[in-house]
Amino acid sequence: MLLGETVAVALQSIRANMLRSVLTMLGIIIGVGAVITMIALGSGAQKAVQDRIAALGANVFTVFAGQARQGGIRITDRTILSTDDYEALRRDARLLKAVVPEMQQSLQVKYGNQNSNLNIVGTTAEYTQVRNYTIPFGRMFTPGEDEARQRYAVLGASVPRMLAGNPAGMIHQTILIRGIPFEIIGILGEKGSAGGFGNPDEQILIPLQTARYRVFGSNRVRSFSVQVADGVPIEQGMVDLERVLRREHKIRPGGENDFTIRNQQDVLATQQQATQVFTSLLASIAAVSLLVGGIGIMNIMLVSVTERTREIGVRKALGATRLNILMQFLIEALTLCLLGGALGILLGVGTAVLLSRVMQWNTLISPLSVAMAFGFSAAVGLFFGLWPARRASRLDPITALRYE
Amino acid sequence: MTGTILNTEERMAMLPADVPRDAVIVTRNLQREYDMGGEVVRALRGVNLTIRKNEFVAVMGPSGSGKSTLMNLIGCLDSPTGGEYWLNGHRVSELEDNELARIRNKEIGFVFQTFNLLPRATGLHNVELPLIYAGMSGKERRELASQALVKVGLGDRMSHRPNELSGGQRQRVAIARALVNSPSILLADEPTGNLDSATSEEIMVLFDSLHDSGQTIVLVTHEHDIAQHARRQVHLKDGSVERDFETGRKG
Repeated sequence: MLLGETVAVALQSIRANMLRSVLTMLGIIIGVGAVITMIALGSGAQKAVQDRIAALGANVFTVFAGQARQGGIRITDRTILSTDDYEALRRDARLLKAVVPEMQQSLQVKYGNQNSNLNIVGTTAEYTQVRNYTIPFGRMFTPGEDEARQRYAVLGASVPRMLAGNPAGMIHQTILIRGIPFEIIGILGEKGSAGGFGNPDEQILIPLQTARYRVFGSNRVRSFSVQVADGVPIEQGMVDLERVLRREHKIRPGGENDFTIRNQQDVLATQQQATQVFTSLLASIAAVSLLVGGIGIMNIMLVSVTERTREIGVRKALGATRLNILMQFLIEALTLCLLGGALGILLGVGTAVLLSRVMQWNTLISPLSVAMAFGFSAAVGLFFGLWPARRASRLDPITALRYE
Repeated sequence: MTGTILNTEERMAMLPADVPRDAVIVTRNLQREYDMGGEVVRALRGVNLTIRKNEFVAVMGPSGSGKSTLMNLIGCLDSPTGGEYWLNGHRVSELEDNELARIRNKEIGFVFQTFNLLPRATGLHNVELPLIYAGMSGKERRELASQALVKVGLGDRMSHRPNELSGGQRQRVAIARALVNSPSILLADEPTGNLDSATSEEIMVLFDSLHDSGQTIVLVTHEHDIAQHARRQVHLKDGSVERDFETGRKG
């Protein structure tokens, strides 16, 4: 039904009131842009968490000293994990493929003339395999080097930058940790923060025995990363570990564990849920601005109907039906919204790209969100265009023709 | 009622027996009342009027005589509150909105005092409008529209917008628009009211020639020298026909 003509008239009328049309569209442009940017940010955050889950490895859990909480009261964390526990686990656990202890202290580090305070992690050679690290430069230390208490250091991905060094060139250079010279033998691949404790890219790995006897002088272990043997469910691995540690800590049957097992995957899954809620929240707030934009469209369409009352009268006198007039104004509102929607998509995608480039935020533009925003702006056009269009279509031709 | 399957001849056969077979407009006891806040104003009090094919009628009368109300009813812009109205055999007094729009599109060509052209459209596009609403395709439409513009002497001004045309030229575009659908009647409401006397005369000469070529014309005016161009004058007073006579004079 005269669609071509109707669209042409709509475009003509938008062009004739260029400034007004652009200002009206601005509401839709900003609304659609905001929705797309917010969803891109949320999806980006979700993807980052998903990548973390994938990077963790499927069958890894962590053990900490002390009980997190009981009945809302934090119970003492006097009890500790030690290298003795590590030995016991290595000796007695049957279902665990690898147990990786982590001793940790924040220490002064000096490289060239650069100074920094960094987390020093004393661990074993299996660390990179269990925690899924890549080693783009150099290598990890070997179990033999660990036993030999070598002063070797493997740097997290961000450390070279923090110490103003060039990763490749830092291999075999000397770094001072609490004044003790270490040879840099490897640089880890980037991991990204998992949230929670510390950034895994900003730490320095040294051999466990070196840490214990040469740097920290303590046998206290902060945590174990435990990898369950292939084909064994992660829960069975946890039971196995619990059995060994309870015996080692001499806990009587019925007594509470003095250590905490945390499954990182659960933590991240919770985090992902939180991110999802956050994304929907941001998107709904942005959608409100789209709604406000729609009201702007309705407002300007009502003005347009009033301004063109006479034109409506003429068109009716020449044989336009109510439906013709209704469609004319509806399509005009729709055109405004869709133009605004298209520009809004450009704005939203541009903002998302800018945020990821400049602010280093994770963004992910999904085609679905773009399609949804576009569809939503069309729906806004229909919804808010309908009432003014109905008003126009119901004008009495005689009154409309006489309208000054 | 107005069976669309009937042709004009068959429709005419359904008119009252005393109506001439070539009648285009027939009204019987046509009434229009307005409810002005509880008070009923009787704008038309039973008008009987028969206008035959190729007549040139001037409807005259002082303001408040019901002239405009009659125009609106004849033009199918309004519906009567009483009586009957046949236009070219269609019993339009009982049609609903959409059918009235179709009748206006096919049977009536309007010419207004204030031209009422769409300001942003070219002359050609303005003339195309009735054809657009008739659902005609683009090519056919442009051809008919340019023919109509040539007919009113504006063959060289088709792509001009109304603000690039003089008053007389604008009214010619409006007349071309009224004629483009080959309507049963040309309905002109004070067509020279906004024009100077020389231009008015040109427009009236155009009306004369259209009448000569067979067009039925109903002209509403309060100017006697304009009405002189018509062959018949209908004078209204207080909502009724006061005088209805042939002038016999050709403009």
